[in-house]
Amino acid sequence: MAEIRVEKLRKTFGEFVAVRNSTFTIPDGSFFVMLGPSGCGKTTTLRMVAGLELPSEGQILLDGEDVAFKPASERDIAFVFQLFALYPHMNVRRNIGFPLLCQGTPRAETRARVEETAKLLRIDHLLDLPVSGLAGGDRQRVALGRAIVRRPKAFLMDEPLGTLDTEFRELMIGELRQLHNRIRATTVYVTHDQLEAMSMADHIAVMNHGVIEQLGTPQEIYDRPATLFVADFIGSPAMNLIPFTGQVTPGAKAIDLNGAKVSVPELAEGNCESELVLGARPEHITFDDRSRFRGEVFGTEYLGTMQIVTIKTQHGQVKARVPAHVTMKAGETVGLSFMGDRLSLFERKNGRALKTALHREATRG
Amino acid sequence: MAEISLRGLSKRFGEVTAVDELTIDIPDGEFVALLGPTGAGKTTTLRLVAGLERADEGQVLIGGHDVSALGPAARDVAFVFQQYSLYPHLSVFDNLAFPLRSPARRVAESEIGSRVNKVAEMLRISHKLASRATQLSGGEMQRVAIGRVLVRYPAVYLMDEPLSSLDAKLRGELRLELKRIQHDLGATILYVTHDQIEAMTMANRIGVINRGKLIQVGSPRQIYENPQTIYVAQRLGQPQINLLPAGVLLNGSSPRGIATVGARTEHLKIRKAKSGNGIVDWIEHLGDQNHLHVKVGGHKITTLSSPVNDLRPGDSVAIELDKPLYFDTQGNRVER
Repeated sequence: MAEIRVEKLRKTFGEFVAVRNSTFTIPDGSFFVMLGPSGCGKTTTLRMVAGLELPSEGQILLDGEDVAFKPASERDIAFVFQLFALYPHMNVRRNIGFPLLCQGTPRAETRARVEETAKLLRIDHLLDLPVSGLAGGDRQRVALGRAIVRRPKAFLMDEPLGTLDTEFRELMIGELRQLHNRIRATTVYVTHDQLEAMSMADHIAVMNHGVIEQLGTPQEIYDRPATLFVADFIGSPAMNLIPFTGQVTPGAKAIDLNGAKVSVPELAEGNCESELVLGARPEHITFDDRSRFRGEVFGTEYLGTMQIVTIKTQHGQVKARVPAHVTMKAGETVGLSFMGDRLSLFERKNGRALKTALHREATRG
Repeated sequence: MAEISLRGLSKRFGEVTAVDELTIDIPDGEFVALLGPTGAGKTTTLRLVAGLERADEGQVLIGGHDVSALGPAARDVAFVFQQYSLYPHLSVFDNLAFPLRSPARRVAESEIGSRVNKVAEMLRISHKLASRATQLSGGEMQRVAIGRVLVRYPAVYLMDEPLSSLDAKLRGELRLELKRIQHDLGATILYVTHDQIEAMTMANRIGVINRGKLIQVGSPRQIYENPQTIYVAQRLGQPQINLLPAGVLLNGSSPRGIATVGARTEHLKIRKAKSGNGIVDWIEHLGDQNHLHVKVGGHKITTLSSPVNDLRPGDSVAIELDKPLYFDTQGNRVER
């Protein structure tokens, strides 16, 4: 297994800049997710690491060796695609063993490694069955087995769960992460689904317009988004972003939201722009009759244990996540208060998070 | 608007029974979601109501009239498909007006203008009316597709996973939007989905469907809190309900006739304890909430836990059940 280092990587297609200037390190054995909307450059980055695309500039170091301009076949990495294709005329054993057959691995070793791989994926009881009769999940496991059996330096996966329906996807998310815990192979995983990223990743790189906006652990990215884009992209529903105008100074512990005083984490810097945005996660909003920040309940969405309540305020719609047993009626006027120590502040125009006691070092890639 | 009644509806394709004696009444102005996995018979049911398929047995009644023998055009239903298809060479306005300009309808152009503007406002696409359909984002296109159905004032709306091709964020926005529009219009909607969140947040009632059979019908809260079978219990709730053999958490005092105990987050009390009955396996950080995975007697349970708690992997915990759900050997609910 290997560490992957990407330095000053850039890719242009004619006028279009797909990847602007990426530098990051994926530690040996870690599960690294590149997350972003379509067209953000995540798949292009992955394809450059795989050797399916040549960079315009920059380096890709696999275990210290620059492979940026080496063909895919010389990189010793395995790629799992979104649509997994199996050889329909071969049984499970021969499908998994196929990459070894191509490499000319001796028969006895092939047999042993295929069986070991099948055990790891818990499909050893299916080895002699034809793949055509397999259930969707087992087919996906066979496709994974074919990648694992080679013992490559790294796995690259491009939305491998994208086409599955919700329930089955949740099952596979759990399985992929558990498989990673067992074999600890360096994995680079591309997705636009934030839940997949949050559930599986050791580290997430959030990309937008060819730039990594933030790189960090899932919890860090969720709790301390470095930019407005990240704040808005992560979380379901997303962070409430409440625009306001004002001036803040280092050391301040509260802001003035049109007459309502809202406490925030102690500021470590002042603002350059006067247009600001207060960021509050739905679970950091509570109902409080005494609050001067008021709104009208627009609708509720029941989710079993919890519910999402949407409130119309003079600053726009705000969503709160509260336990399902709290009764809320559409049209009712409510006061809202915030958990002060969990809030974020952003400058609206450049999207940057202001440094506070919570956002000590808002890292930007 | 009108009510829909399906009476003993069956449809077979060769050996496969896609819809199996399905009976349900959808009152005027109600939003009903059929929830089930791929291949459960949801879409076939919808196509039977629309007249795109003929039933082998049973009747479809719309507004009290038996329409089983009528073609799709004569049924006065509007269908929103999973994949929106707009006329790329037409403006948004003309796309929305298209169904009204059909020679079969003969709506006056002034009337068309007012209806299109009203629908566009409702869907918040008024500022895009002059744009070409191809200049829209995915979410806007799907809103136009829904709008094209709304301008017609049909008797009922049939929707086949209309949000599933959109990204998560837009889906969330349109869920609330669609519910609001349905409420404002008093529309009767039969909606098909495999997404439990869509079903729970939008429907007045959910029909859980499996292998062509309607297993249970009820409000989202009824289905979630009071599932009649294990299958239904597993359809709603994230993380999925924990199913344990009766002996595991009941300390050997398993009640008679009970084979399985179903426990959701709200049925479990978990606290740190020196010699507890469970061990924390791992904690999955999902940002807003954490999933706590606990091992108990060779079984695994997963619950929601607050992001701020003091549990670590390897910690010993005491797990207690609080009014869980009980099921017999057949997977049917047993009341206690």
